[in-house]
Amino acid sequence: MADEITAIFALSVLVGAVRIGVPLLLAAIGEMVVERSGILNLGIEGTLTFSAFGAFVAVEQTGSLVFGVVAGVLSGMLVSLVMAVLTVTFKVEQVVAGLALNLLGIGFAFYLLRAIFSESGTDVLSVETWDVVEIPLLSSIPWIGDIFFSQHWLAYVAFASLPLVWFGLNRTGFGLELRSVGDNPKAADLRGVSIAKVQYLALLFGGFMSGLAGSFLSIFSTGQFFPAIAGGRGWIALAIVIFGNWRPGRILIGSLFFGFLEAYQLTLQAQGSDLPLNLLLAMPYVLTIVALVVNRSRSNSPLHLGAPYLRGVR
Amino acid sequence: MELLGVHGVTTRFPGVVANDNVSLTIHRGTVHCLLGENGAGKSTLAETMYGVHRPDEGYLTLNGERLDLRSPKDSIAKGIGMVHQHFELVKPLATVENVALGTTGPGRLDLGKVRARLEELCEAYRIDLDLDTPVGGLPVGLQQWVEILKTMYLGVDLLILDEPTAALTPVGVERLFESIRRMRDDGLAVILISHKMHEVTGISDRVTVLRKGKVIDTVQTDSVQAADLVRMMVGRSVELSKATNHPPAGETKLSVTDLVAGEPSERGSLCGVSFDVGAGEIYGIAGVSGNGQDALFDTIVGVREPDGGTITIDDTDTAGMDPRTVSKLGVGSVPADRINQALLMDFNIDENIGLGRHGDRPFSIRGVLQRMAFRRRAEQAIEDYEIACPSASHITRTLSGGNLQKIVMARELEGQPDLIIVHQPTRGLDISAAENVRQRLIAERDRGAAIVLMSEDLDEVLSLSTRVGVMFDGKIVGEMHHDELDLDRIGAYMAGVLDTTDTHEVVV
Ligand SMILES: Nc1ncnc2c1ncn2[C@@H]1O[C@H](COP(=O)(O)OP(=O)(O)OP(=O)(O)O)[C@@H](O)[C@H]1O
Ligand SMILES: [Mg+2]
Repeated sequence: MADEITAIFALSVLVGAVRIGVPLLLAAIGEMVVERSGILNLGIEGTLTFSAFGAFVAVEQTGSLVFGVVAGVLSGMLVSLVMAVLTVTFKVEQVVAGLALNLLGIGFAFYLLRAIFSESGTDVLSVETWDVVEIPLLSSIPWIGDIFFSQHWLAYVAFASLPLVWFGLNRTGFGLELRSVGDNPKAADLRGVSIAKVQYLALLFGGFMSGLAGSFLSIFSTGQFFPAIAGGRGWIALAIVIFGNWRPGRILIGSLFFGFLEAYQLTLQAQGSDLPLNLLLAMPYVLTIVALVVNRSRSNSPLHLGAPYLRGVR
Repeated sequence: MELLGVHGVTTRFPGVVANDNVSLTIHRGTVHCLLGENGAGKSTLAETMYGVHRPDEGYLTLNGERLDLRSPKDSIAKGIGMVHQHFELVKPLATVENVALGTTGPGRLDLGKVRARLEELCEAYRIDLDLDTPVGGLPVGLQQWVEILKTMYLGVDLLILDEPTAALTPVGVERLFESIRRMRDDGLAVILISHKMHEVTGISDRVTVLRKGKVIDTVQTDSVQAADLVRMMVGRSVELSKATNHPPAGETKLSVTDLVAGEPSERGSLCGVSFDVGAGEIYGIAGVSGNGQDALFDTIVGVREPDGGTITIDDTDTAGMDPRTVSKLGVGSVPADRINQALLMDFNIDENIGLGRHGDRPFSIRGVLQRMAFRRRAEQAIEDYEIACPSASHITRTLSGGNLQKIVMARELEGQPDLIIVHQPTRGLDISAAENVRQRLIAERDRGAAIVLMSEDLDEVLSLSTRVGVMFDGKIVGEMHHDELDLDRIGAYMAGVLDTTDTHEVVV
């Protein structure tokens, strides 16, 4: 009997780990691509919030979940477009721009929320959500089936995007340009590569992925929107990129592991455990610092991360 | 036949006019040299032709038509290629990737074609280059080749080479020049920037001399003497300095025995270096780069811990000591890579000059930096060393190579060190700046300092040194006193066919 309970408990934690890990993974992949083009985008938290809001409103207004995802993605790309205009075109300090976008994304979503749903009081509002998609056959494998093959379709998209992004970065001409821009924009510029084009595209891709992640929060898992919906996931995604040493494979591990920590924490909380749960929540950051120390000699961090490029300036 | 025309081009940077109403024409089938002191505006002019800078006034023409370059992308499209003075490589990427960059479409990357072409090029130049190691890990000489290959790979009408020979071996230079001549005979135009007069007179058809941003004159090379060019360049004649007297060496200041660093199989490792230097003596170390000079410098100044052997400065064994402790023993050091190893490019000139002694009086009192002390010291150095810069509090980054080197020298020689170790002290410096450095070294020697001079410029080593040691494969394979110098022997040592430290001597 006790064994059975432990098993159920373990399974629910693992299923939760993947479910929580999916938006982290989506946002982290996007941010990894952005950072490898040399742009440090600290605005993910705001992007997630804004796109969660976009997706939520679209579903609420149209009743279509497909429109919801489209709106979520477009909202995410809109925020990252603003980031691109600020940092690539106007060379604004990237850290400042990213932090400003966090405030703006969250504030603007909240403002629009009030404007659209003024009378009804929003916390009670909820919309329908996407159903879980069970993959035939695979989902009936014990454990593995429940954990990996009974998830939302967006989870499958997230997993599939990993090898695609890896291929794009390492096996295409555009990927070569992108990596070069992140490591030495001057070298790329002198070879005729358009720095602005590469960084705009990278940021738009980042916005696309954050948009999917934001949509996941509102119209896949909760069916609700509230201003704190991102709940720090944007920051965790940033930590995952560092933890993953800017490599897709390790970013997957990081996302699932950090998802696991949160799922474990939630389950313990539900059980009324008296373990110090906040410590578990702090683990991703602690582990990221550990990973930084361990990786210091093999860091894959883009060499020109965070600094604007100005041609002809010594 | 005219290929490129420069018409009244003026380019300004904050506080400097880098090019001042420059006009010249580049003809097909010629090698055209740009000559001028450090900071004369050669690189700026070349970069303007490559679309990096847009002229504030004036314009360019290509084949008689107006040429408006908005970016390097435009110039590449017009068949203009450039090898930049400071390497522009993506360090974590391999050579193939660096070469492929910008030449492929956005889609699937096919490095096979790039690799095949590169292998051909490497064979033509007889360079032994692993195309798959990250370029950041390659020695400077090979990085220079990667930079050249990048441009050669593109196939161009106008090739601009900004000091491509600064880091090449004499043999390498000859191979590059062979191909430049071939390109000229094929009707291309080549612009070459070099500070080495024999290169300029040896290969060019025409020379344009720049001084302080202005064109002094453009001449046919065969109509002038090297001395005339120097006079046009610096406005006076420059004597090649040679240490004429060699005072006897005093007590031993530095003694290195059986120094080992790295694995013997590794390129650039040390496999048992021994030599000593006395006060008032210049010990020159000649040799082709990559034979352990970097490791030797680093272990002596304390940047790298040796794996064996001893380094004795005065009577202290300094092997493994950190650089700060070593420098406190009265050691001044000038590394080969001044930008990355000697200067903080984003600091001001005065800060760089005070660096290292910033914690001592008068630069700091009770932990508080004394800006005025920095300023005064820097102003003194700017005067003593004739450093060309807008002011002592100007940012270091924008200065030209020669002036950067003077800053390092000013700082390192400030405390009248007993031991001075310099590595490639005149690389990239113009004739008069190089002379200035050499005169300093002689003066320091006369003051009684022991000096280790590591340089790939054989003439420099031979003309200054009291004794010369030749480095090959991590060892000093031969040593000669200044009055027994023998070029053939030195050449044999450098090529590794002669080793007097070996018991069984190889006969040439
Ligand atoms: N991007 C820049 N920003 C500010 N100042 C610059 C810049 N590029 C060059 N300068 C300044 O313009 C002048 C000309 O520099 P340039 O690099 O063209 O000289 P150079 O003839 O190539 O010298 P060297 O022989 O040392 O390479 C110098 O005073 C330099 O400090
Ligand atoms: Mg130059």
